[in-house]
Amino acid sequence: MLTYNTLIVLIGTGLLGANAGLVGSFAVLRRRALTGDALAHAALPGLCAAFLIAGRRSMPALLAGALVSGVLGVVIISGLRRATRVKEDAAIGIVLSVFYGLGIVLSRIVQDTEGVGNKAGLDSYILGKTAGIIAQDVLLIGGVSLVSLLAIVLLYKEFVITAFDPDFGRVQGWPVLRLDLVLMGLIALAVVFGLPMVGVVLMAALLILPGASARFWTDRLGPLLVIATAFGLTIGLAGTALSARYAGMPAGPVIVLVGSALFLLSVLFAPRRGVLGRAIREWRFRRDLEERRMLRLLYERTEPSLPTIVPFHPVDDLHARSDRERARTDRLLARLTSRGELRLEPGGGYLLTEAGLGRAAAATRGHRLWERFLHAYPEQATVEADLGRASVDDVLMPEIVAELEDHLRAAGRLPGDDAGGSRR
Amino acid sequence: MNRDPHARETGDRRWISPLIAAGVALAIAPTFAMTDEIGRWTIALGIATNLPCAVLGCYLVLRRMSLLGDAISHAVLPGIALGFLIGVRFAGEGQARLGGPGVVVGAMAVGMLTAFLTHALSRLGKVPEDASMGVVFTSLFAIGVILITRAARDVDLDPGCVLYGLIEMEALDTVQVLGVEVPRSLGSLGLAGVLTAGFVGLLWKELKLVSFDPGLATAVGINAAVVHYALMAMVAGATVAAFEAVGSILVVAMLIVPAATAHLLTDRLGRMMLVASGVAVLSAGYGYLGAVRLNTSVAGMMSVVAGLLFAAAVVLGPRHGLLGKLLRTLGLSLRIVREDLLARLYRAEESNAAPVASGHGGPIAALAGWQLRRRGLIETGRDAPGLTAAGRHEAGRLVRAHRLWESYLSANFDLPADHLHEPAERVEHYLGPALVDDLSTELDRPTSDPHGRSIPPGEPGRS
Repeated sequence: MLTYNTLIVLIGTGLLGANAGLVGSFAVLRRRALTGDALAHAALPGLCAAFLIAGRRSMPALLAGALVSGVLGVVIISGLRRATRVKEDAAIGIVLSVFYGLGIVLSRIVQDTEGVGNKAGLDSYILGKTAGIIAQDVLLIGGVSLVSLLAIVLLYKEFVITAFDPDFGRVQGWPVLRLDLVLMGLIALAVVFGLPMVGVVLMAALLILPGASARFWTDRLGPLLVIATAFGLTIGLAGTALSARYAGMPAGPVIVLVGSALFLLSVLFAPRRGVLGRAIREWRFRRDLEERRMLRLLYERTEPSLPTIVPFHPVDDLHARSDRERARTDRLLARLTSRGELRLEPGGGYLLTEAGLGRAAAATRGHRLWERFLHAYPEQATVEADLGRASVDDVLMPEIVAELEDHLRAAGRLPGDDAGGSRR
Repeated sequence: MNRDPHARETGDRRWISPLIAAGVALAIAPTFAMTDEIGRWTIALGIATNLPCAVLGCYLVLRRMSLLGDAISHAVLPGIALGFLIGVRFAGEGQARLGGPGVVVGAMAVGMLTAFLTHALSRLGKVPEDASMGVVFTSLFAIGVILITRAARDVDLDPGCVLYGLIEMEALDTVQVLGVEVPRSLGSLGLAGVLTAGFVGLLWKELKLVSFDPGLATAVGINAAVVHYALMAMVAGATVAAFEAVGSILVVAMLIVPAATAHLLTDRLGRMMLVASGVAVLSAGYGYLGAVRLNTSVAGMMSVVAGLLFAAAVVLGPRHGLLGKLLRTLGLSLRIVREDLLARLYRAEESNAAPVASGHGGPIAALAGWQLRRRGLIETGRDAPGLTAAGRHEAGRLVRAHRLWESYLSANFDLPADHLHEPAERVEHYLGPALVDDLSTELDRPTSDPHGRSIPPGEPGRS
């Protein structure tokens, strides 16, 4: 089934993908995603120059050339940014396109010296071609991946600080600039080694997609890195396998599309941050809000006459503005009934049950506490108030809550479990 | 005597723009002369390709949206590929081209879509803006490459050409116009150029305002979003028009590099577009010549030439160039060292101390000393330099500034006596005669500084 060659290729691309995913997550966090793109494009002239000097099959030489010119490109970008009025995005674009143009110029020259037949070798670096990976290369790739992993594990705390709060790191005395350089070096290695796989043009995707997809599944950095690495591995393996099936297809685009599919799935279906998950949560929240509102209405109806519960006639008591609204109300009341919070009387009215009364009282209490809070502390509204919460209890300090309750109690408006709001 | 109120002090004069245009025309002429008819048409095609991109690119660079131009130029590929495939299906192999009216419209839609998707993704997915742009355009580009590869199987087409274009071939595909063999693409490229010029000309004020202050534009009644998306659509259109000639990656070069070069050389939008156009034209001409000489890709050479022009602007630009900045900094350092030297000699004379021969200081100090000697401000005495009369006068001016500043600090700030010398040492070089007079007046023409040393008197006729 799996030939030796196929296995080698799969291992190689899996490792490459995993490495790119791991390092790329930091690139995305540091807003350096497109610098990775520039690195990939800037690597081309070095690649071609090494081709001219060292010949086709010496992968270490080719990659060394790519690394040198790629890093030169990045150095020029930050030089431009610091010493001239050229802004970062323009600097990236300039280096990207000019170096790439130089690469194309050199590649044509290479073609002429080597003959048209060998053009395919260089083209594989532009659009990617995984079939040529041999065992030696895998060892090299494995070594580089291990180095990246070690660096990230050893320097984990430092990288976290430089990613999230470099100013704090600087103040604490950590060599932020040097750490940044180390990170850029790791990115450069990942890019240069990923080149044979996806090619120059699509390298950025391989850096960005695993980390961006993983972001939808977790909020914490540690799990994100693990997931991103796993995604990178998957993308590398699946993409390579697929592109091997369709022989004429360059590997790069197929791998990238596998990654994009994974990304799209994450965007849509990740439980908490995905579009679907959020839509469901919003829907549930709106329903809950609706119910609380209705219960509050029922409670206020019956509050003056507590502990006797007054029946509620939706047709008389609610002025529905449309058939649709009436239907919605009916559905809502049916829901509450089926949950045992309302009871339908023979006369057609609804009565709050004991459970219903408890929930209605809680809803009303929560609402009135929020009202009182916004009244008493308006300046804190934007900072403290989370009006999505049913009550202030989880949001405010107990002392403040007690103070608000006292105020309500004094006005006779604190819902208790019997008439007039006794102490809870 | 009526100076144009909009002209600024340093060198913004009316004759500069015509001079630039003439210079570019002069510089490009040799390229036309040095090649044959096909070469001339190719250069013309190159100019027609680069010009709209350079002009539109000015807005992108100013609004820091260079990479959006990059993204759009990649993202239009699927649209182009589809158009190409449809063209092959209907018109047959020989007629298939990468450009065409339906494709252009489709590409403009894709261009706007890219900008929109990037924005939506970064908002919806909480993905940082640059990462979401990267995801959107690489995915679209990947789709495009796959489509083109499929198309290339049916047609004998090198898929790499989408990356670097086929301008070498374009000049051969000609059409008879008024008895002259004209490359067919010149038609669509010319149209793109005219449309761009029309767009920029008609919406000049709106584009300018939206680029520099979208909030104000909206407040004034210009729909900034509409203008923005219109610009994106134009960029996509220019990209597609240029595609056949230079491919996708090199369109990026033409969008960004000329505009960035111009940005280093001028501060006014109109002139920036002129300079960017100049760079575009020169890249086309000399890029072609270089490619012929080295027998390599024309599109690649064009972006390399553009890059070289950019590098030249970075180093040699009159106002923002590195060389200029270096020379200005050097000049300033020399002035400061000269003045310090004079002041030191003056103080030595005052206290009748033997002037110390300053062996330290390195090359700048040596140069400063040489300059002072040349200007007749110091003379080489027996063991050490001494002030001439003129030098004493100059030094006195500086020491006056220094001591007046110390008096000012002492009078207005609660500083201990030994904290006055340091700041005065630094500030003294920047106090011009008017400011020194003001200080003296304000302090009531003092004759001695807080340390008790006498303040050298000012010019007669000044305070």
